[in-house]
Amino acid sequence: MFNLLLVGFIASAAAPFLYKPFRNYFGWISASFPLYLFISFLSRYREIAGGRVIRESVSWFPSLGINLTFLLDGLSLTFVLIITLIGTVVFLYAGAYMKGHAHTDRFYLYIGLFMTSMVGLVLCDNMIALFVFWELTSVTSYLLIGFNHHLETSRKAALQALLVTGGGGLALLAGLLLLAGISQSFEISSLYHLHAVVIQSPVYAGIVILVLIGAFSKSAQFPFHFWLPNAMEAPTPVSAYLHSATMVKAGIYLIARLNHILGGTALWQDTLVVIGTLTMLTGAILAFTQMDLKKLLAYSTLSVLGTLTLLLGIGSRLAIKAFFIYLVAHSLYKGTLFLVAGTLDHETGTRDVALLGGLKRKLPLTMLTAALASFSMMGIIPLVGFIGKETVYASILELQTWGPFLLAAAVVANGLIVMVTMLVGFKPFWGSAQATPKPPHEAPLKMWLGPALLAILGLLMGLCPNALIGGLLDRSALSILSEEMGLVIKLWHGFNFVLLLSLVTLLLGFLFYALRGKYLPAAQKVQLSPIAKPSAWYEAGLNGMLSLAGLQTRILQNGYLRYYIITILVTTMALALYPLFGAGTPAVHWADFSITLYEAAILLVMAISTFMVITSDSRLKAIVAIGVVGFMMGINFIIHSAPDLALTTFAIETLTVILFVLVLYKLPKFIRLSGTANRVRDALIATAVGVFMTLMVLHVTAGDLASELKTYFAANSLPLGKGRNVVNVILVDFRAIDTLGEITVLAVAAIGVFALLKLRLDRKEK
Amino acid sequence: MFSIILSTASKYLLPLLLIFSFFLLLRGHNEPGGGFVGGLVAAAAYALYFIANGVEEAKKLLKAEPIKIIAAGLLVALVSTLPALLAGRDFMSGLWLEPQFPVIGKVGTPLLFDAGVFLLVLGIAVKIIFSLAEEDKR
Repeated sequence: MFNLLLVGFIASAAAPFLYKPFRNYFGWISASFPLYLFISFLSRYREIAGGRVIRESVSWFPSLGINLTFLLDGLSLTFVLIITLIGTVVFLYAGAYMKGHAHTDRFYLYIGLFMTSMVGLVLCDNMIALFVFWELTSVTSYLLIGFNHHLETSRKAALQALLVTGGGGLALLAGLLLLAGISQSFEISSLYHLHAVVIQSPVYAGIVILVLIGAFSKSAQFPFHFWLPNAMEAPTPVSAYLHSATMVKAGIYLIARLNHILGGTALWQDTLVVIGTLTMLTGAILAFTQMDLKKLLAYSTLSVLGTLTLLLGIGSRLAIKAFFIYLVAHSLYKGTLFLVAGTLDHETGTRDVALLGGLKRKLPLTMLTAALASFSMMGIIPLVGFIGKETVYASILELQTWGPFLLAAAVVANGLIVMVTMLVGFKPFWGSAQATPKPPHEAPLKMWLGPALLAILGLLMGLCPNALIGGLLDRSALSILSEEMGLVIKLWHGFNFVLLLSLVTLLLGFLFYALRGKYLPAAQKVQLSPIAKPSAWYEAGLNGMLSLAGLQTRILQNGYLRYYIITILVTTMALALYPLFGAGTPAVHWADFSITLYEAAILLVMAISTFMVITSDSRLKAIVAIGVVGFMMGINFIIHSAPDLALTTFAIETLTVILFVLVLYKLPKFIRLSGTANRVRDALIATAVGVFMTLMVLHVTAGDLASELKTYFAANSLPLGKGRNVVNVILVDFRAIDTLGEITVLAVAAIGVFALLKLRLDRKEK
Repeated sequence: MFSIILSTASKYLLPLLLIFSFFLLLRGHNEPGGGFVGGLVAAAAYALYFIANGVEEAKKLLKAEPIKIIAAGLLVALVSTLPALLAGRDFMSGLWLEPQFPVIGKVGTPLLFDAGVFLLVLGIAVKIIFSLAEEDKR
């Protein structure tokens, strides 16, 4: 599995280079790669369904317990198969859809990286590795949502998605670390038998809350749901892939994966039920007023994600069965419908439902595909969506206390989903034809083949569910519930109450559809107060953060060099003052104190030069005087036998004077700008710094100066470093990594200088 | 301000100073010197040439973009860390070739690393001087 992921990352990195020469066939070429992954994992199907769990471990940071441990069981295989199958379709589809876009090569890089990360995420058993893949999917999602980065809305939506899911990711990391603290291991599987210990732990509530914040933000659960509809700014293949079929299910996957470690308590189950129901209803109700095909689908996706959370919250055997079927069914039909929406957009130039109609003759194949997927989404027999919805209702019916309310909520939400299906899957094709921005025609092969296959697969799964997914059901349930299910999937359960509910849902959906025209204007006028909208909370938080940043920048980075220097010096002194006083008065050995004639002369010259710097009335004079101070320092180094330091000081001083002279030309005529008060303040600070430095030096020299390092470097410079110049050997060998860090900083600083000066040059040119 | 004496002198001083800077780089391991100070001296050599002949001439003489010299320096320093990794030693352990070369002396990864420092320092100093000088011209 590690090798497959490695192949994935390498292939993604190679995609931009392969795109140019094979532009016309790239859809096929790129689709072969997820297909290869799909087939490799499908070949394990029999093994996994037979009860085997495949583990594989690659050392990463063994000393920290962080390894790339992969675990292939029923649950992860289900997700991997969904990811790679939809991936194949989307890669092929994008070959035609993205054709002509200026950055298609980049698109394949991002989406390839995403797919590989997503596969890694669902395979990982190690929490830290899982977190890394989790964040990778957030980052690639950011790049893909902001793919049309010339649009402000795209950039905004991308940032929003990144901040929400990234922030949730941090909460998740904290939760996982707490969890790992209990078992002293990062392997999720090591916690499987520790369920009792975990739920007794004092930090259990904290773990649950943090992990669920992470999962909910990723899976766009209420109140984090707002980023998902905005993410529809992404190109349609991305919406189909990331934002309906795969990435948004990562949170759901994590909840399922951790269910039998953290589950079974009222806190866990009830939170899931409440949040799931809220999301299910919010998504469905908000869908009512939408006019954009993709937005309609996005809100219905929200609703489905809520339903999946709700099912995990119910947590009964039947609910887990419903979870599994609904998950697979939704990925198939929603992926298809998103791609159909993309096709409509691509071939007609609009995604507005009101403008689309009567396209059945122009796009017959797309129409058939859409119809098949829509039947599945509406829950019509004999498609897999029908089984999904039936089991959802059946599992809710089992509940005692919450049952009636949840049932009503589910029927209303599903009714609204039926309405969405009518709008997306049927309205554009039937009724009277309307003029569209582009003359409509059938999509190319690459764009209808994949969706059609997915839709047909949905039909086949409905017809013979046991043969196609039954084997995985037990294994997945085992991963979620840790008990054998022994349940079979059946298409037909006979005439019962559940079937009646399905009919009611359909009728309700038709009713909503019929009423929509009448109530739409009124519904669109409804404005929620900002307090009731989580997206407004996000805006307020973001704006608050920005103004805080602006405020502190205005205070700390005011653009005056003199204030920078004052701030730095005063802060340093304030921080060092406490330990300095705590250390008491330094024991100065006056007896050892001696000064030679040379040193006295140097000091005198330095003092005179400093005085000249302060009092001079010409910049050139001041600069030369500063240079004299520097050179005197260099001579001092020579006297104390540090030729390397002296050499460097001389070179630096020379260059500094040259630089100063260059700047000098630019400056206005020298006048005295600062008032007396300022000069007194500066003099005080300068004196304080001088006293402070003197105290520091006295303290340092009062201590024991004989360190082991000195003798070690002196003794080992030649045998180990092969050099007699200890200073240089330290720089390039013993402590070379420090030097490497320093020269990197220098290079970055040079880029900064370059940018600053370049900016000014450019401005002048304009 | 153009001085024919300085201009003529700089033509002869530049190669001498550059040779001196290489000398500093190579002797650095055993005697005072090293990549940092060598780079500074080389930069000073170009600075002298620029003062005498103007920034355009100096740029023409340098040929490469200073920012590329910086990048090359950083790259050389990084590459010098690779042989130790490939040999299975700890990151950045110094590896030396056995034979002594004439003029250059001992050759090993620390020398390569120092050469990277040399290039980087040269590039940065020259970059800043040239940038300020160009700014000045406008």
